[in-house]
Amino acid sequence: MQDDLVKVNNLHFSRGDKAIFSGVNLSLRKGKITAILGPSGTGKTTLLHLIGGQLQPASGSVEVFGQEVPNLGRKALFELRSRMGVLFQSGALFTDMTVFDNVAFPLRVHTSLPESMIRDLVLIKLEAVGLRGARNLMPAELSGGMARRVALARAVALDPELLMYDEPFAGQDPISMGVLVQLVKRLNQALGLTSVIVSHDLAETLSIADYAYILADGKVIAEGTPAELDASMQDEVRQFIGGLPDGPVAFNYPAVSFADDLFAQEDLTYA
Amino acid sequence: MRNQRWVEVTVGAFMLLGFAALLFLAFKVSGLAQSSEQDGFEVEACFGDIGGLKPRSRVTLAGVTVGRVAAIDLDFQWFEACVTLQLDKNLANKLTTDTAAAIQTAGLLGDNYISLTPGIDETYLAAGDSLKDTQSALILEQLVNQFISNSSKD
Amino acid sequence: MLDWLARLGRQGLLLTTALGRSSIFLFQSLAGFPKSSEALTLWLRQVYSVGVLSLIIILVSGLFIGMVLALQGYTILVDFGAEQALGQMVALSLTRELAPVVAALLFAGRAGSALTAEIGLMKATEQLSSLEMIGVDPLRRIIAPRLLAGFVALPVLTIIFTFVGVWGGWLVGVDWLGVDEGAFWSNMQSSVSFREDVLNGVIKSLVFAFVVTWIAVFQGYDLVPTSEGISRATTRTVVYSSLAVLGLDFVLTALMFSNL
Repeated sequence: MQDDLVKVNNLHFSRGDKAIFSGVNLSLRKGKITAILGPSGTGKTTLLHLIGGQLQPASGSVEVFGQEVPNLGRKALFELRSRMGVLFQSGALFTDMTVFDNVAFPLRVHTSLPESMIRDLVLIKLEAVGLRGARNLMPAELSGGMARRVALARAVALDPELLMYDEPFAGQDPISMGVLVQLVKRLNQALGLTSVIVSHDLAETLSIADYAYILADGKVIAEGTPAELDASMQDEVRQFIGGLPDGPVAFNYPAVSFADDLFAQEDLTYA
Repeated sequence: MRNQRWVEVTVGAFMLLGFAALLFLAFKVSGLAQSSEQDGFEVEACFGDIGGLKPRSRVTLAGVTVGRVAAIDLDFQWFEACVTLQLDKNLANKLTTDTAAAIQTAGLLGDNYISLTPGIDETYLAAGDSLKDTQSALILEQLVNQFISNSSKD
Repeated sequence: MLDWLARLGRQGLLLTTALGRSSIFLFQSLAGFPKSSEALTLWLRQVYSVGVLSLIIILVSGLFIGMVLALQGYTILVDFGAEQALGQMVALSLTRELAPVVAALLFAGRAGSALTAEIGLMKATEQLSSLEMIGVDPLRRIIAPRLLAGFVALPVLTIIFTFVGVWGGWLVGVDWLGVDEGAFWSNMQSSVSFREDVLNGVIKSLVFAFVVTWIAVFQGYDLVPTSEGISRATTRTVVYSSLAVLGLDFVLTALMFSNL
């Protein structure tokens, strides 16, 4: 499909001896919100780093805006990144700058706009996340939800084409969660963005996603629209969506059988 | 603390403090300026043995430092050490021509220095003159040797 | 035995790769540092946090070390009737040895560990990552100003340390123990050479500044971004830079002063 903004093909990646991805295929449709779901530790954040070119895959291709990311040089990569925004899990606001300067930072780096115009743009972005009044605060003075909204304003400061959310809803109280969900949806419609949400907050994410992938064990185990996933009879999907403690995705860390372990003649003198 | 102006001012003061300290080290601690700044006058004195005298050693008159050793050269005619003394300009035309120069040691183990003793002549030293009455350094080992050989003869 | 050999080999390999990585890191940070007014501002800020904020500890330690030197030196020298040489002893030990080394050790403890922790925290809170994604090279924006600030701050601190130390020595020697003031300064001046002693001391501190800042910044950039990783890296910074300073000090002393 030509309206795919990001295409990931047969991606392999490993950290040390541990394989994170073994053959992942997915694509992000232009102008849509795509969710990438999966249990903790399946490398969802790593996937975003690979799309942003911060990590090199072992093999496979990552194509963003029609360019092969792993092959890009330093300069082209920075060029490419100015067309994407990322909302990091922790917000990642620069702690030594005010809220205003944080949002203004990408504008100052990438454009040579006069300060008055930067001011207007920053205020527009801050207004969009409802924090225009907080512009002179330092990040340490913000609550978690506010910090994430400021980070969102910063991520969209340069009007990116692709916006990646890393666990945007994790650790939020219900009110700020609701605010964030609405914001993500509104921004996507208003700015014509392509969004990727990496999350394990199933209900919230699926409520706004157009399409979703479920990752487990380094592979895409299921994909489809939220409605299709809901209706899926696949065991892994049922376990994940239903929140069941045990199933194909094991609750127990791999080990020898419990009985063997209990009665093993283990040498206990090491301590 | 995050005020940019405060940062700039304190960093400037910091740098200035460092520079002032360097100047202090240069002039007060290592005496960098003293030899070049003082435009004294130079006289020469040749010694049979200068012992441990070094350039920049002190020259004293009645115990007061009045100059420094500027240079030490070997005289190839008599094989003597000819020492150029740089003396305080206030002493020009005040020291008699028969002033004596002796190499002495500060304490038992201290540095060598040159001590001047004025004479009784009517004429006075000017730049470029040389001192005739000189006394070489006392070498401790030689004294000990002499003492031992003398006492073994008894 | 073979196990032991393998372990040694693995350590060697790890050490070599770490050296290689840190060299590439150093080169990349310094190669592209922009010469704009914004870069100057960033640099000034770092000189403030590593230099000006370390000033108190340097002043206090310098003063006390100078005072102790004078006190100890006096009790030894007075036995030989050579207490006149106190100034020379204090000034030479400070300029050649104590000021560069002690200032570098204090700098590693005060500024080095702070640098590691700060950069580590930026890494842990994804600020470095986020800079990268905004399209700003964190090596240039975060690392380079810190490196350059460290290179400048430690030599300046060392010079201030020497100055305060000599003053402390004067305070104890002349003011308290009654060494003759003229002899104190003139002996110092006749034995301390600006080029041989003062400048060599400054050169030492330049080398230490380079090594300590490099270690501190690299440890911060290379650490595992967890709270445990940060505390380990901070400890490593202090240990490695102290060892490097003391080891290098021997080498530099052998090179500089062996023929004196």
